[in-house]
Order: sequence, then C-alpha cells, then structure tokens
Amino acid sequence: MQGFNVDTSHFLAGAVLVCSFALLYQARLFALLNVFAVQSMMLALAVGWQAHVQQAGHLYITAALALVMKGMIIPGALRRIVQNMKIHRTIETVVSVNLAMLAGVGLTILSIMVVFPIARMAGGLAREDLAFALTIILIGMLVMITRRNAISQIIGFMSLENGLILAATGAKGMPLVVEVSVASSVLIAFFVFGIFIFRIREHFDSVDVDQLSAKRGDVE
Amino acid sequence: MELIVGLFMQGLQMMLVLLVAPALVGLVRKVHARLLMRRGPSIFQPYRDLLRLTRKEALVAKNASWLFRVAPYLIFSSVWVASALVPTFATGLIFNWLADILAIVALLATARFAMALAGMDVGTSFGGLGSSREMTISSLAEPAMLMIVFTIALVAGTTQLSAIAGFMAHQPVGLRVSLGLALVSLVIVAVAENARIPVDNPATHLELTMIHEAMVLEYSGRHLALIEAAAATKLLLYMSLIICLFFPFGVATAEGALGAQFAGIVIWLVKLSIGALLLAFGETVVAKMRLFRVAEFLGVALVLGLLSMIFLFVLKGL
Repeated sequence: MQGFNVDTSHFLAGAVLVCSFALLYQARLFALLNVFAVQSMMLALAVGWQAHVQQAGHLYITAALALVMKGMIIPGALRRIVQNMKIHRTIETVVSVNLAMLAGVGLTILSIMVVFPIARMAGGLAREDLAFALTIILIGMLVMITRRNAISQIIGFMSLENGLILAATGAKGMPLVVEVSVASSVLIAFFVFGIFIFRIREHFDSVDVDQLSAKRGDVE
Repeated sequence: MELIVGLFMQGLQMMLVLLVAPALVGLVRKVHARLLMRRGPSIFQPYRDLLRLTRKEALVAKNASWLFRVAPYLIFSSVWVASALVPTFATGLIFNWLADILAIVALLATARFAMALAGMDVGTSFGGLGSSREMTISSLAEPAMLMIVFTIALVAGTTQLSAIAGFMAHQPVGLRVSLGLALVSLVIVAVAENARIPVDNPATHLELTMIHEAMVLEYSGRHLALIEAAAATKLLLYMSLIICLFFPFGVATAEGALGAQFAGIVIWLVKLSIGALLLAFGETVVAKMRLFRVAEFLGVALVLGLLSMIFLFVLKGL
C-alpha cells in the first residue's frame, strides 16, 4: 500500500510538471488555456490525493478551490476575454520553443539539485514534491519571460501559483488560512490583470506587451 | 534437436514479420479510408503492389552509381534483421542474445544512412531535398530514442530486449510516470521515423511536404519493391518494439509449449491490429505539420525522454 501511495503521488506531481512543459510548448491561445485547465485539475487531484494520504481534511478544500477556480472559472473567463476582444490567437515567443523547453529541463535539474541536499531531513515524498514545485514555479516564470502576449503571461503567473500550492501540500501542516488568502490574492491578481489587459488593448489595439516598451521613456 | 527447434522458431519469426508487415500497412490504410467514409483498397493490396513491382522492369538513371543499385538490398536486409531481433510472439529466441536495443537502433540508422546516400546519388533536386530533410529529422529523433533506451535500461537493468520484455511482463513495475513519458516519446519517435502524419504524409507526392517519398522517387521495379517492403517492415518493427517494451503481457517463451507460442502469435497479431487502428485514428484526427514545426515536435520527444530519466532519478533518490 505504501508503494502504491508513493507511486500515485509521484505520478500526479509528475503530471502537473509535464503540464508545465506543455504550457511552454503550446503556441495557440485556446490550447494554452486548455493545458492550464488540465494542469489545475491535475493539481486538484494531487492535492486531493495528499489529503487522502495525510488524512488532512482541510486539504480537500484546497483541492476544491484549485479545481473550481483555476480549473474552470479562470480559464473560462480568459477564454471569454480572448473571444470578446478578438485577440490574435497565435502567441509570439521571444525565443524558439525548443530552446525554451531545454531551458525548462535545465531548470528542472537545477531545482532538483538545489532542493535535494537542503531537504535531506524531509521524507522522500515531500522532498520530491518540493523539487517538482520549485520547477513548476521556475517554469511559470519562464513562460512569463518567453511570451509576449499578455494572456499567456497571466497563464504563466497562474501556473507559478499552482507550483506554490503543490509545495504547500507536500509540506505537512500548512494552515488553511494561508491557502485561502493565497487563493484570494490570486483572484485579485486575476482582476488586476483583466483591467490591465483592457487598458493595453484600449491604447495599442493589441495585447503584445512589447508595445509597452515604447512608453518606457528611454531613447531607442 | 533443441538447436533445430530453436532455429525453427527464429526462422518462423523472421518469416512472420516479413509476411505480416504488408498486411499491417494495408490494415492502416483500410481503417484510414473507412474513417474518411471511403471504402479503401483491400488489406491485401500491398502484397499485390509488391508483386507487381517485382515483375516490372527496374529503371536506373544513366548517371546512377553502384550505390544506387546496392542501397535497396542494404536497406531491406538491415531492416529485416532488426525486425527479426525484436521479440514479437516469444522471448528467448535463439538469436535474442543479439537483440540489444542499441543494436536495433544502429541497424535502423544504417538503413537510413544508405537511403539518404541513395537519395542524393542520382543528383536530382528532390532526392537531395528528401535526404537532407530525413537526416534533419533523424538527428533530432535519435537523441530522443537514446533517452528512451536509457530510461528503460535503468528500469529493467539491461538493454537486451528479450530480458526487458520478460522483466516488464513479470515484475510489478507499478504506475511509473517515467515509463508513461517514455512511451509517449517513443510514439513520437516512431511516427517521425516511419514518415507518418503529422511529420510526413505517406500517401502524397506533393513536393513541399514529402520526405520519404522524395528520396525514393528515382526507384522503380524490384528496387522500389524492396524499399516499400522495408518501409512496411519498419512500421511493424516499431509497433512490435512498443508492444514488447510497454505491453508485453501474453508473450510466450521459446522453451514453452507449442500451444503457448501459438497463443503468443495470436495475441501479438491482436495487439498489432489495435496498434494499426490507433495509428489510423491518430492520422485522421491530426493534420500534417509544417516542416519547421517538426523540429519542435521532435523536441517534445527529447524533452519527454529527458524528463522521464530525471523522474527516474528522483524516484530512486539520486
């Protein structure tokens, strides 16, 4: 039973990480939103499984939050935004996809190398979850760096937050208050982003954030 | 006596892969056509095509060198040997000690090398174009393949296919992310190596997209028959490889009773048919990629292979 528990946790955490790589690969907005939704659902499953294994009831709430908010509401809302604003649906990337994915693999190795020696005292599973979570956070940042489109930057930020939740569930004894406040801050961030997109769109007829560079004030 | 039975079993496998391969291609085409609401040719049409080609005159371009004439035989024989080594219905056949997964990759690489040379030999623009594309794709697919090999070798503790199939069939391997990723990666590599959609379209002669067909454009008659047979055998090989690595249940052993081996053949054929159905279905729902997207697609295979290895190390605790 122990082996099965570990295998399933490993599988679910790995699936969340693989979804992060899929985010790096996808070049279309709708597919990107779908991948993000899948990642959030996988995260919900992983958290739910942890709740079952650790016998921690409050983790079920976290799982439900991840499932409903990030698996359904946020991707749905972003989809509405893309449809209503007729945003160009292919995403321009700054570096090539292959390069970004190789950088992602590099980040994976880096975070494993960093986390494993530090978390030596923690159990095998918590250590692994921490390593994967750090990778997901770093890849979320990578998505934000390598994409020019504001919507995909939001997705990068949200997937970064998925990594935070994964880290929180791997470590035992995370109070529910913290999780709820993180979740609500993500929701607020989402609203801020929404307004931000409307503003960019109003001014530039595009959500390509490169257009903002011209307003920076420095001479080309 | 034991030696004779062993040789017979090995010979049976060699003949079986050769005989089943065209039917497999025919089945894929048939299912593909049915999914498009067409009737499609009979499953046995590839046999008729091959027969017709062998009866036809083999035309060779004036400036073709000996290489052009030798290449089909080289390609066919190396692919055939490679496919004879992959355990299909039984493990532990008499030549299985040779069946190292790296040896099979090397044999296939030899065939590809000969094919690329032959494509450039006559000096037409299409041949060179096809060869260069093929080499580009294989240079991306091969590292991914090596990552898969490493992952599986780390799990099973050996690179010998027969032993791996036995290990996967009888050991409780469990729910492994690494193996799942390696499977996806291997499927991508197999699609690319067999020139199927979305990497290449085997049914078209459109010069903008073709890769495999561009290289064999100059061939005719028995040469073309050999190349077509080799392509069909290669498809069978990759399917058998996926089956033997990831779904080896029901595989017989060479020492077992004859009945078990017969059952092994039936199970193998059923699994191949399922593979053909899935391939045809996949080819129907996916569109052909732009050539420049192919590099990204194969990059996914490489990254998945790398990830599967990393996951394995993580699980074993470094």
